[in-house]
Amino acid sequence: MLNKNSIWKVLSALIVVAVCALYALPNIYGEDHAVQISAGRDAVVTDATVEQVKAALSEKNISPKRVEFENEQILVRVSDSDTQLITRETLEKVLGDDYYVAMNLAPDTPEWLEELGGTPMKLGLDLRGGVHFLMEVDMTEVITKSLEDAESGFRTSLREEGIRYRGVKQIDDHIDITFRDEDALDKAEFFLRNQSRDLTFNQVDDLTLRAIFAESKLQEIRDNAVKQNITIIRNRVNQLGVAEPLVQKQGADRIVVQLPGIQDTARAKEILNATATLEFRMVDQKNDIRDALNGRVPPGSQVIEDQQGIPQLLEKRIMLTGSHIIDANSGVDEYGLPNVNISLDSEGGNKMSRSTRGNIGKPMATVFIEYKSTGERNDDGKLVFEKHEQVISVATIRAQLGSKFQITGLDSPKEARDLALLLRAGALIAPIQIVEERTVGPSLGKENIELGMQAIMYGLAAVLVFMLIYYKAFGVVANIALITNLVMIVGIMSMIPGATLTLPGMAGIVLTVGMAVDANVLIFERIREEMRDGRSPQQAIHQGYDSAFSTILDANITTFLAGLILFAVGTGPIKGFSITLMIGIATSMFTAILVTRVIVNAVWGGKRVEKLAI
Amino acid sequence: MQLLKLSETVNFMRLRIPAMVLSTILILGSFVSLGVNSLNWGLDFTGGTLIEVGYEDAANLEGIRAQLNEANFEDAIVQNFGSSQDVLIRIAPRDGVKAVTIGEQVLAALRADGTAVDMRRIEFVGPNVGEELTEQGGLAMLVALLCILVYVAMRFEWRFALGSVSALAHDVILTLGLFSVLQIEFDLTVLAAVLAVIGYSLNDTIVVCDRIRENFRKIRKGEPVEIINISLTQTLNRTIITSLTTVLVLVALFYKGGALIHGFATALLFGVVVGTYSSVYIASSVALALGISKEDLMPPQVEKEGADLDPMP
Repeated sequence: MLNKNSIWKVLSALIVVAVCALYALPNIYGEDHAVQISAGRDAVVTDATVEQVKAALSEKNISPKRVEFENEQILVRVSDSDTQLITRETLEKVLGDDYYVAMNLAPDTPEWLEELGGTPMKLGLDLRGGVHFLMEVDMTEVITKSLEDAESGFRTSLREEGIRYRGVKQIDDHIDITFRDEDALDKAEFFLRNQSRDLTFNQVDDLTLRAIFAESKLQEIRDNAVKQNITIIRNRVNQLGVAEPLVQKQGADRIVVQLPGIQDTARAKEILNATATLEFRMVDQKNDIRDALNGRVPPGSQVIEDQQGIPQLLEKRIMLTGSHIIDANSGVDEYGLPNVNISLDSEGGNKMSRSTRGNIGKPMATVFIEYKSTGERNDDGKLVFEKHEQVISVATIRAQLGSKFQITGLDSPKEARDLALLLRAGALIAPIQIVEERTVGPSLGKENIELGMQAIMYGLAAVLVFMLIYYKAFGVVANIALITNLVMIVGIMSMIPGATLTLPGMAGIVLTVGMAVDANVLIFERIREEMRDGRSPQQAIHQGYDSAFSTILDANITTFLAGLILFAVGTGPIKGFSITLMIGIATSMFTAILVTRVIVNAVWGGKRVEKLAI
Repeated sequence: MQLLKLSETVNFMRLRIPAMVLSTILILGSFVSLGVNSLNWGLDFTGGTLIEVGYEDAANLEGIRAQLNEANFEDAIVQNFGSSQDVLIRIAPRDGVKAVTIGEQVLAALRADGTAVDMRRIEFVGPNVGEELTEQGGLAMLVALLCILVYVAMRFEWRFALGSVSALAHDVILTLGLFSVLQIEFDLTVLAAVLAVIGYSLNDTIVVCDRIRENFRKIRKGEPVEIINISLTQTLNRTIITSLTTVLVLVALFYKGGALIHGFATALLFGVVVGTYSSVYIASSVALALGISKEDLMPPQVEKEGADLDPMP
């Protein structure tokens, strides 16, 4: 007999649909208003914290729906947004500065479903509100800085090696080292080649050696700059107390930052955009500052003004940079003056103790460096940054410094706090620039979802009615397939961790609804044709499915191909659209071919059928 | 129920010369419009700042323009968006980092007189990002067309491949032409829609090509023109029904989806109609003009098709 279902076919169809339906389920539960508590640098979230939170809430007569403790975070679920506000205020007061308290929307997924890994679809910022930043790392600055490091390295090592040179100078993307005689150049070239494998050396003329970074090293410098900036931005975002932030690399030198639910963009930008670092340098006491101010700046030194505008003569050599700082706190010293306590990593501690050992009793300066945009652009259309340097303190080194020490000489407690925050969050080693910013208000996000859902519902209803009228009983089968298809798309979107539903993605789903019936239309039209040619219903069904199959396959593979290309080349909304399109194509093929076949076989297959309602 | 009861083969190909003339005129017209009017590029491509705000009552656009003038935004474009309460403000890119804060400045200017203004969205895109996007979008389209060309050439035959890619290019050019003529804003979602038009139109074209191939193999006698006519007639019902259901949901999207998605829905609605037409006339006409014949489509030995099928009477 024709059109009998094999058990494995029915089972596999059932299992796939059931799994997708299960994972689509979290989406219908909605979301709870919640307050999220995470630890700052000096604190940990423990069971005691949970108890503290519970006690504080009961004191204020707030009864939360649930208090969850997971991944070193506490999530307090409450019933409405007013309670959420009060809860946040209460907890902020009780817990103090050591904890970040953020408002959040937490999916109200039942626990058993959560345990199976069920989560609702991630919504893009256009659907839930928030800020999106695209930032660009200024690579010229990064490379210049690395060259400067290499430059001072050359001076030191040539001096140590006893090779006499006339000058070392960093120009654009290379360093030129000039010598008095060719002999010294040869010796230096041999020595430096062995010592610095990251650089390539070329002889420009008889007395000049030119060093350029090797391509692999440049790549490494760029990668590291982006990586470090990402780490730092993540730290800063944590300080903002945002729930579920996203910080991600995009392309070679860009970073995407998404902060759901944030409305105060000014504050966010201030924190994210601060490009600052610290350098510790010795004050140059061997030379006279007055000579320097008259234009005779010694080659190894530099004049930098302090906050009062008084110039200081500092050695160019950097004892330590801000990248070694692991923690910084503001406080007051024994005289009640604001200071910042700094902790260094072990490498930084070693460097610091080595360079302060021989310098006890001598003044050391702390230089604050900030990159500010001039508002101008260079020939490549990139923003030009200006380096602003300022001496924020000059302190006499009283003893050999280790991995913990203090900076004094700050104007106000506020300044100490700001500095500590910047230092704590880490210093951006390269200036970053916001090249794209999108803020979507929460009301618009909500409206977008509602309108999108409405469009899907109306569109779906129209198609369902049409199919029912046009194909009668077979229309019912196609409609079951269509709804299954929608459930599967939602289920798969929820299962894929990286997939985010955006407005164009919703449009993609709408489009899929319209196009998904195509495979069934192809099959049903074939069946009708076969019947017109005088075949029996059973044979018509069999033949219809069979001959439509290769057409459906070809048509869908090509469209899928187009989706794949979009995904590979596109960004943002195009990616979101292509994901739903591809998933839609895959699921619609599955439902239109396999699911409907199983149903058709179960209803009509294996028995005598006189007439088909098609 | 049946949409069209076709007892006889429709002679589609009789109209292929007029169709070709019509399409050529439309394509030329699109090019002329694209050359003269260009596209009304959206913020995603041009860079700049876009601010959407909501008022409690119908917004006074003249008043807003005056307010912005005072705040030194003389170049601001102010228009309603979706409803009379919602207003869209666009400001061209300016040099300098201040561009990032333009959104807040504009909002402050609008709120200066104490009116309740609801910030709905602010978008700022740097000029470089937009430039890259234009390149990327164009590239995506070309790569897509090329890959499709290769796949169809492998799976079918090079004449069909050229035919379907011509049909796709035809649809894309006309859709872009429409956006140029009507000066509808062309943003990222519209680009996504144009790419979806490629997908849809391709789907349609492949179905038709597939049937033509099948009939070439099945029907012993008959000129290529006749076989193409038979194939088009057989697939006509399916072509119309699928277009109809797609148009149904797109109409829902157009009217219910909100202002943000209007461009997307417009592009797709137009694309689906044009795509349906092109799969009937352009793809097969081009294949025909290139001299497709029965021999070109005979299956290589391994193909399973035809083995279990009776020859048609």
